[in-house]
Amino acid sequence: MKRNWSYIIAAIALLLLPLVLSDFRLNLLGKFLTFAIVAVAIDLIWGYTGILSLGHGVFFSLGAYCMGMYLKLQAEELPDFMMWSGLEEVPWFWKPFQHFWFALPMAIIIPAVFAMLIGIPTFRAGIRGVYFSILTQALALVVSIFFIGQQPYTGGTNGITNFQDILGYSLSEASTMRGLYIITVVVLIIIFLLSRWLVSTKTGRVLIAIRDGENRLKFLGYNTSVFKVGVFALSAAIAGLAGALFVPQVGIISPSMMGILPSVEMAIWVAVGGRGTLSGAVIGTLVVNFAKSYLSETFPDVWLYFLGALFIGVVLFFPQGIVGVFEKISKRRKAQHCLVAGEEQV
Amino acid sequence: MSIEIILSQVFNGLSLSSILLLIGLGLSITFGIMGVINFAHGEFLMIGAYTAYVLQKVFIGHDSGTYFLFSLPLAFLVAGGIGFVMEKSLIRFLYGRPYESILATWGLSLILQQLARNIFGANNVEVTAPEWLRGGITLMKGLQLPYNRLFIMAIAVLCVAGMYIYLYKSTGGRRMRAVMQNRDMSACMGIKTRSVDSLTFAIGCGLAGVAGSAVSLLGSIGPSTGQNYIIDAFMVVVLGGVGNLAGTIAGAIMIGIASPVFEFITTSSMGKVIVFALVIIFLQWKPSGLFALKTRTLD
Repeated sequence: MKRNWSYIIAAIALLLLPLVLSDFRLNLLGKFLTFAIVAVAIDLIWGYTGILSLGHGVFFSLGAYCMGMYLKLQAEELPDFMMWSGLEEVPWFWKPFQHFWFALPMAIIIPAVFAMLIGIPTFRAGIRGVYFSILTQALALVVSIFFIGQQPYTGGTNGITNFQDILGYSLSEASTMRGLYIITVVVLIIIFLLSRWLVSTKTGRVLIAIRDGENRLKFLGYNTSVFKVGVFALSAAIAGLAGALFVPQVGIISPSMMGILPSVEMAIWVAVGGRGTLSGAVIGTLVVNFAKSYLSETFPDVWLYFLGALFIGVVLFFPQGIVGVFEKISKRRKAQHCLVAGEEQV
Repeated sequence: MSIEIILSQVFNGLSLSSILLLIGLGLSITFGIMGVINFAHGEFLMIGAYTAYVLQKVFIGHDSGTYFLFSLPLAFLVAGGIGFVMEKSLIRFLYGRPYESILATWGLSLILQQLARNIFGANNVEVTAPEWLRGGITLMKGLQLPYNRLFIMAIAVLCVAGMYIYLYKSTGGRRMRAVMQNRDMSACMGIKTRSVDSLTFAIGCGLAGVAGSAVSLLGSIGPSTGQNYIIDAFMVVVLGGVGNLAGTIAGAIMIGIASPVFEFITTSSMGKVIVFALVIIFLQWKPSGLFALKTRTLD
């Protein structure tokens, strides 16, 4: 009960922040909240199902590119990088993206379908554990190289940028940014509640059982690969949605968001916050990213040392993350409480 | 497309295979024996490459030819030594926790790259290949086999032969294989599994260091040199199966030849996509790699 109250307070606080934060800070927070949505998605598949995906940057970026295509077609008849590459017409697969109501669902559907395309053959072949992690990492590398190579269609290394407006609202207006922030918070809350509901259902229990003892579950007659493909696709869809929210707020999407480093960083957000706790995923994301933006601004050289040390430190000293540490403390306090109470009774 | 071009692509592929083989050996043994995925393995390659660079700086003006021969064993010792220290201080806490080891060693790799950037600068540096490695054998018109690539293959063959003799003909190697198959039983039989672990890790890193020296013959080297090879090296391990020589060799040859050939036929980015798709298709047929270690345990 106490926990529910703190969630409600946190949600209200996030919704009220536009009143106090400067536009710049709010925009930054909005960006981090889209990351938090990805972290929840990763927590579903890693924290609860025990499958470490190191390729979520790809799904995030696929969603972001879908939205980026819409925004670009709003700004220019023929995107500038296409003109530079000698294209005279918008290619056929770009055309439908000029409609918002096509681009937005695609930002969710395309990552999910792509995750299924990867997930079905790998999970059905019984590839699990670190082999899957390695494959998804290779996926992140391959897809980012592919996007860099397709300059006329993806904008190459520079990606897609220079947007003007979304659904008629100008992206340079502070009010639009505030609106996007509020939408991001609402989406995060919905995704959070949805995920919390999912892990409490029977399906959620099956997912946790896959993490804790997949073979036993198989002997009990469950087809675990169906569940794994399902959670992978769901997780990818959520990541894609986060990407779609990311682009209008940040104003650029490029292959640097889908490579190996961002994808591994996403996993570390969850690890820092605490695997297998949805609130941990959100907290970890915010903590790491604020530390990142502070450190990389003030000490650009030190930032990578810090990030590296964080990876090592979390694994060695705080395997349960921030939330795990707090839970331990509160448990200990409770235990002491009981002890004291017990002595009094005697 | 003429036959010479195809042959020269295959030849380039074989020299890439040699490098991947040297990296993959260490990766596969460390994973097989300790259940640790070492994402910092590419950085040991980088350490080896910088060892060659430093040695060249030291020897400059004195002698242009032989320093490179010294750099190979020195790279093995330096990378192996640093690997040994890393094992003692970090890796041994990660045994049997493959997921955690991915994150921690990834962090280690970030730190090592940044260290290299601070020591040697962010820009790439050149190692001049010695006089006797320039040029090549001309087999036919349009098909030249460069000496430096032949030399890299020779190093790989030597290292693999050495590894084979060590693993299958020496006491130390027998212990290593025993620990890989059944750690608890080996410990019961009096094998010091901890020292086997440290030694294995150090040897794996040393081999990556040798690969680094070899890589410095092919082009400029920099702090992120290791990153260029690490993913392909992991594909080698996934294809070949964990913890055995034959699988790693087969995997390295397959990945090493497939990448340049497909990149040549299509484009460099399409080639990577095709190779990745082929790996996934291949795993449908052999999910645990070509030569899986056969045990009766169910994880």
